[in-house]
Amino acid sequence: MRKVRGVPGGEVLALDYPAVADYLTRFLERELAWRGYTKALVAVSGGVDSATTLALAARALGPENVHALALPHAESAPESLEHARLAARAFGVDLEVIDITPMVEGYASVRPDLTPYRKGNVKARARMIVLFDLSMAYQALPLGTGNKTERLFGYFTWHGDDAPPVNPLGDLYKTQVWGLAEELGVPEAILKKPPTADLIPGQTDEADLGLSYRRADVILEHYLKGYPDAYIQALGYREEEIRRVKELVNKTHYKRHLPTVAVVSTTAIHEFYLRPLDYRVELT
Amino acid sequence: MRHAVLQLAPEKGQVRRNLAHLEAALLELAEDAPEVVVVPEAYPTGYFLQGGVRELALTVDELAEALDGIHRRAWEGPLDLVIGFYEKDEQSGDYYNAAAYFELGGRGLLHRHRKVFLPTYGVFDEERYLSRGHGVRAFDTRFGRAAILICEDFWHSITSTLAALDGAEVIYVPSASPARGFSGPRPANVERWRQLAMSVAAEHGVYVVLASLVGFEAGKGMSGGSLVASPEGRLLGEAPVFEEALLLVDLDLARIPPVRYDNPMLADLKSGLPILWNDLRRIREEL
Repeated sequence: MRKVRGVPGGEVLALDYPAVADYLTRFLERELAWRGYTKALVAVSGGVDSATTLALAARALGPENVHALALPHAESAPESLEHARLAARAFGVDLEVIDITPMVEGYASVRPDLTPYRKGNVKARARMIVLFDLSMAYQALPLGTGNKTERLFGYFTWHGDDAPPVNPLGDLYKTQVWGLAEELGVPEAILKKPPTADLIPGQTDEADLGLSYRRADVILEHYLKGYPDAYIQALGYREEEIRRVKELVNKTHYKRHLPTVAVVSTTAIHEFYLRPLDYRVELT
Repeated sequence: MRHAVLQLAPEKGQVRRNLAHLEAALLELAEDAPEVVVVPEAYPTGYFLQGGVRELALTVDELAEALDGIHRRAWEGPLDLVIGFYEKDEQSGDYYNAAAYFELGGRGLLHRHRKVFLPTYGVFDEERYLSRGHGVRAFDTRFGRAAILICEDFWHSITSTLAALDGAEVIYVPSASPARGFSGPRPANVERWRQLAMSVAAEHGVYVVLASLVGFEAGKGMSGGSLVASPEGRLLGEAPVFEEALLLVDLDLARIPPVRYDNPMLADLKSGLPILWNDLRRIREEL
């Protein structure tokens, strides 16, 4: 007799990328529209997240309504700028290059104790200053490019690269951004290179984090959904990897929130007084 | 009995503008001459209001007055209209997620349903801001007998069972469903709605009319995919996801008796239900 075998259920990270691309395109168009914007500004690092964000913005608004910015520092890897140019060309967007070396070195010159790690954060915050200034100059909304994995790990500069008000990739794990990037035609050189924040010469994300993104994302998905460690281990993940993922998530919750305010009333903002960010009452 | 589902995208908190948009949609529909128009959950304000419910909720009289004005300006002859809205009860001061059935240009308000199942999990937080409704009832319209269920009400098949036992031939379901689950070409919640609507319609031999909100609300994409399912559980029409659309479908209540004769699930339920009373009572006592 014929035996028919079912497949076991489980959590799936793979997405229908054409559907996701369509959804995020609509998201960008609508989120800009109600804020009164028709143009967007994307800081393009040469990496896959910003290239994917640029592709979505070009689809949503038309390439002529998207400003791409490359913001290199003298210590940045030369290939970062090359890949930023490659991404801008691929999606038909003009690229403006602004060297942040004078801004960063101006500060560094008055703080000789600046460590490479701190200087990396200064670079990220210098980029944020340029992005927001040109947002006003061009009447273009800055788009965030951070993915869910780095947001969960706190692997970003607080009030730096997390500052833009609209972020299409923030609920996609790095693994999913790679899938979406391929769907949108992000150039192979960007897609295949090891991810790097390029804030300190020679760094890579996976070495900084001590984890592989593809493995970390599966652990994250199960951890966020409440599966116990033993279940995740049974899927083939090591105890120390799971521990590292949980450590990174749990020491960075504060980075995903607004600053802590001492609550003294029953109208404390975001504690008692709760309104969604798109809330507007018609005034008569 | 021509129905038009108005799959519209409200602007958050802009009640007057949203009602003007509804009026424009009705003008667009004049040539199609629908007799019943169905508008999604929380349409006048948008769905996610948090504490803003108490600033923006309408009394049923305020809504009736606004709709009468729209009807006078935009429509000739009577028009039945089902609409979801945040309701303020003037007597008690309580707030509800409600939907009302109006016979505009006729008897006015025929029925109001207050949502019983208030989703308060995940992205949802309704019970923090709203009171629960306390029942499901069918009611008579000029065409037949109907019931209203709002969004999660419909995800519990017991509510549509009660509506069908109470004689409903058409179940109207205003909803607001944020897209989630993108492992297939259509979001998982949209697939779930379609399956539910088709199986409920087929189980009871009723029409199901789903009016689902669209538009983005601070990153949450209301998915649309409004639909009408026939008493056999077939899709008679379906609106696209994520965009505004006017879905026109003719419902023929005369088809219900023959369809139910072929597949007498509701009649079987009526005769079989007394056998289950003891278990229902036992389970109720154990809950």
